[in-house]
Amino acid sequence: MQDAAASASAALTPAAAGARARAFALTAYPFVVVAAIWELVAKLEVFPPRLFPPLEQVAAVFVRLTVSGILPHHAAETLLRLFAGFALAAIVGVALGIAMGRSRRIEDCVLPLVSIGAPIPGVAYAPLFLLWFGLGNVSAVLLVAFVSAFSIIFNTWTGVKAVKEIWVRSAQSMGADNRKLFRHVILPGALPYILTGLRLGIAQAWRILVVVELLAAVPWGLGWLIFGAREFLNTDVMLAGIAVIGIIGLAIEKVAFKRLEEFTVVRWGMMVS
Amino acid sequence: MKRERTQSIIRGGATLLVVAALYEATARSGAFPPALLPTLPTVLATLWGLIADGSMLTHAGYTLYRMLAGFALAVAVGLPLGILMGRYRAIENFILPLASALMPIPSLAWVPVFILWFGLGNTVSILIVFYAAMFPMLLNAWSGVRSVNQLWLRAAGAMGADENALFWKVIIPGTFPFIITGLRQAFLRSWIAVVGAEMIAASDWGLGWMIFDAKEFLNTDVMLASLTVIGLLGFVFERVVFGSLERSTVLRWGMVQATKS
Repeated sequence: MQDAAASASAALTPAAAGARARAFALTAYPFVVVAAIWELVAKLEVFPPRLFPPLEQVAAVFVRLTVSGILPHHAAETLLRLFAGFALAAIVGVALGIAMGRSRRIEDCVLPLVSIGAPIPGVAYAPLFLLWFGLGNVSAVLLVAFVSAFSIIFNTWTGVKAVKEIWVRSAQSMGADNRKLFRHVILPGALPYILTGLRLGIAQAWRILVVVELLAAVPWGLGWLIFGAREFLNTDVMLAGIAVIGIIGLAIEKVAFKRLEEFTVVRWGMMVS
Repeated sequence: MKRERTQSIIRGGATLLVVAALYEATARSGAFPPALLPTLPTVLATLWGLIADGSMLTHAGYTLYRMLAGFALAVAVGLPLGILMGRYRAIENFILPLASALMPIPSLAWVPVFILWFGLGNTVSILIVFYAAMFPMLLNAWSGVRSVNQLWLRAAGAMGADENALFWKVIIPGTFPFIITGLRQAFLRSWIAVVGAEMIAASDWGLGWMIFDAKEFLNTDVMLASLTVIGLLGFVFERVVFGSLERSTVLRWGMVQATKS
């Protein structure tokens, strides 16, 4: 409500509107320059138009696929896979990370295993998972979970260890039992780190999901869309798919996690936005 | 303190042994086909065999070549561009929106487009690595230059440093912690990108291609062997190369504290 009022009044004052328009133009002009160069190269047919389509063709394909529901269906399947795997990784990773941070014994046992698995790029596991779990969704979801789990575990563990000893002690001396200590001190204290871990985890998963979709031969999905389009030299479809991938990646990063951070750690004054 | 440390090492070693024993027991129990779950001695023998006949070295050499070529290209472009962005407003205004729009696109999504444009082979892998490594390098160099302490700049200026001296003696060393972080992140990204790109775009050599090819023939032992090599190489680069770079520059200059490990 307040926001709406603020933006309405901002729109009313011409000076603010001018500043906003200038900011918009400043952001837009590099894209205009690059788009103009692209158009020029495409129209002069420096490369075969099948391989280097003009932008209006890509936009037309984008609109056609969106209206016919094909593109949304692909995107929905991909997102479903991403969130299923990510949810699994978040639950297991946060639990394991907290256990490692709280108990020296668990830390000693789990840390070597995690450190061995972490330096191997997730996509290298893909063929192995396909052999073990078969082609299809199970492998894709498990891989997403596996890849994003590492940064979630590491960050949660660091976060729990970084909770100030003095907070823990003062809560204890004020009579907090273990459960209260955990809910009111350790979890909020570690949350900035946990959120960073979740953000890194989902970014990593997103980065390899396209390839996983190709390798796992799932019937729908953005990865499948762009690799399938290559077979028919549909460069316009590929570029439209890549644009959607970029937009979703940006939305996850900027919208979802920004909001989550604003509602928790920034509101509590633990981090400045 | 020291006893606690030895206890940690013993516990860690014991866990690894237990996990290895469990794996071995599962593999030998015959519950799963041995082609899918080879025993550890088989994997080690395969690894040794591949190293002995030199094919592992060739695979690793191709992967390293592609990775380092793309990485070097990314550093050569990203580092100067990032520094220029930090120094000149006009360049920042032009590059930053483009970089923020391209960054969220995973580099591997470009593989099919690049294959169409450049054909199968080394070029695609190198360019994919370049794309992956470019943005961490660029953005870290940019924020490094912007975060150089204003006081240092003014102090150097007051002591009569000209533009040239200011750049080489203050800005570059001041940016170094960020540059090293950028190199590290760029390396991690390019390591993922090279393996992924090789699976799809390489034609005969490379660790990623090797894993992918072994899948076709159900050679799980080969896959596990090359996974080991990929992990080892990644670990060596991360710890040895970047670790020593960090120790010989920013740690020695006292700009960042060594993290306890």
